[in-house]
Amino acid sequence: MSSTLPAHENPFELADGRVREMTPPPARPARSGAWADRLFGWAAKSAAIVTLGLLAGILIALVIGAWPAIEKYGLGFLTNSVWDPVAGEFGGLVMIYGTLATSIIALVIAVPVSFGIALFLTELSPAWLKRPLGTAIELLAAVPSIVYGMWGLLVFSPVLATYVQQPLQALFAGVPYLGALVSGPPVGIGILSAGIILAIMIIPFIAAVMRDVFDVTPPMLKESAYALGSTTWEVVSRVVLPYTKAGVIGGIMLGLGRALGETMAVTFVIGNFNQLDSLSLFQAANSITSALANEFAEAATGLHQAALMYLGLVLFFITFVVLSLSKLLLARLRRNEGGRA
Amino acid sequence: MKISTRIATIGLAGLCLSGLAAAQEVTGAGATFPAPLYAKWAADYNKATGVRINYQSVGSGAGIKQIDSKTVDFGASDMPQKDEDLAKKGQMQFPTVIGGVVPVVNIKGVAPGQIKLTGQVLGDIYLGKIAKWSDPALKALNPGVPLPDAPISVVRRADGSGTTFIFTNYLSKVNPDWKAKVGEGTAVNWPTGAGGKGNEGVAAFVNRLPNSIGYVEYAYVKQNKMTYTQLKNRDGNFVHPSEAAFKGAAAGADWDKSFYQITTEQPGKDTWPITNPTYIIMYKVQDKPAQATQVLKFFEWAYKNGDKTATDLDYVPLPASVIAKIEQAWGQIKDGSGKQVATK
Repeated sequence: MSSTLPAHENPFELADGRVREMTPPPARPARSGAWADRLFGWAAKSAAIVTLGLLAGILIALVIGAWPAIEKYGLGFLTNSVWDPVAGEFGGLVMIYGTLATSIIALVIAVPVSFGIALFLTELSPAWLKRPLGTAIELLAAVPSIVYGMWGLLVFSPVLATYVQQPLQALFAGVPYLGALVSGPPVGIGILSAGIILAIMIIPFIAAVMRDVFDVTPPMLKESAYALGSTTWEVVSRVVLPYTKAGVIGGIMLGLGRALGETMAVTFVIGNFNQLDSLSLFQAANSITSALANEFAEAATGLHQAALMYLGLVLFFITFVVLSLSKLLLARLRRNEGGRA
Repeated sequence: MKISTRIATIGLAGLCLSGLAAAQEVTGAGATFPAPLYAKWAADYNKATGVRINYQSVGSGAGIKQIDSKTVDFGASDMPQKDEDLAKKGQMQFPTVIGGVVPVVNIKGVAPGQIKLTGQVLGDIYLGKIAKWSDPALKALNPGVPLPDAPISVVRRADGSGTTFIFTNYLSKVNPDWKAKVGEGTAVNWPTGAGGKGNEGVAAFVNRLPNSIGYVEYAYVKQNKMTYTQLKNRDGNFVHPSEAAFKGAAAGADWDKSFYQITTEQPGKDTWPITNPTYIIMYKVQDKPAQATQVLKFFEWAYKNGDKTATDLDYVPLPASVIAKIEQAWGQIKDGSGKQVATK
């Protein structure tokens, strides 16, 4: 409010009193009154409030829906790996593990690749290639997730099973830990394939954000560094990355959020298997979203449904923690910078 | 002036029409398995009578929830509800058609119907106790069949489903170990295997994975030309899945006392052991008797004229004796004043 001009004062009056005397006052320009400003302010504020209210509403609805399960299992739900709808015993460990493991694998693959893409597009690519390549990567983000799922199941997983898993199993047979990490039936469905599919899905997001933030680095900074004799890598690691780290971390978090919440593609390739009897990367597993998608429609009212709601609440919480961690990381980075200066 | 009158007339006519349509439109929701059949029946019925039947294929569990909260005129479920549960809610159920669940395999060099399985062996495969196709138990059942020395990739449903209920109900009847460790339900705690979403998901998995085994509704076996297995039935014969073999199961059940019949492992020389009727659920006391009449008229028409459609879509119509009992049972459906809802 303080930044807008008070409405009752005529600006002409302030500028020059003489002018007013010689000519009739000019017709008041049709300007939006103070009430219109206020209306707009309210509209904008209520949009924000509605969003917050929606968030609170979802949270409350989840807690109410999940209450029977929360009451019965408490936090033990998070560490119990039994999911048995027949006996009515529910624990979320398998799904939580699956969600986290697939998302981490996805990030481990997607972050370096996206960084490479963004670096190439902004620093190395010839000018004629920049635009078509950038558009192509953005187009990848528009592919529906079920297409990735079908492709993962029918095309990618047989390749993974035949050319990756079986050679690895042969190589590591008998080796402790490593052997266990690649054990399991050679079907190409499980944690690793889900993680790789997720990586392919989030690369366009992370790459697009990284490219955009790399692009806004002031050319003067980069050129100064080049003038001092820096290599491309030095410019990127010492100038571009420090300048854009907030954006880069934001892009990674956007990708992670998508990986945590992705449902359709994961459900095709993860195997939907609710046992945690091996830590093999090729073991079929389950994720929170996949369990929800598969079981919700047929879940009997009562504990089964409440347990699924509880899983939803856990996912909500995981996403919240991830977001908070990223904010914390950014704040710490900023503080360190202040200390250096 | 003229134009506005015309518009008014059209508007009025539209209002009348929509009023009529509202009275001649009924809604149902539930099981996905019979959904293609109900949709075809509804289209044919609409052509014959002008009445619209909207069927939402949302899954058996959701169908039961919707009829419980009276948001639909009838619910549909693949899993029959127990008589005492229905009595508590004031509902009744009746079967419409029979479906069969069939084990399918994908082994190089094995033709449809070439592999013979017993319930015991099938249960052990799904328990993970029999993990290789070269297992002695499988070899003993299938002399001369080229079974590979490869691990069995077990495939089953990931989503809760009536198909899973019938399959696990059968395994519980024939494999004591299965009954003790896993049990029966629309979703169970599978000891092994990968899960596909829906019949089509399981079919895709089995077709894709070498040396796999799965279970799907019969229609998917026929339409995708999958490699089905033979099963040993209660009379000790190995049978192929077929419409006649499914019908045998329905005829053998005792429909006099109750429509709560799970028709797995029924007696009969040629009876297929994993079959199930799919059900319609309605309230016995109707708030909207006119709607109930429309529903009953629809199913009466379907029992009379829908057999060919059902057979074309690989569902098995009920025997005439069962239909007579169903139409008799409709007498329980009354309006608020206790008068029987008209079916004619």
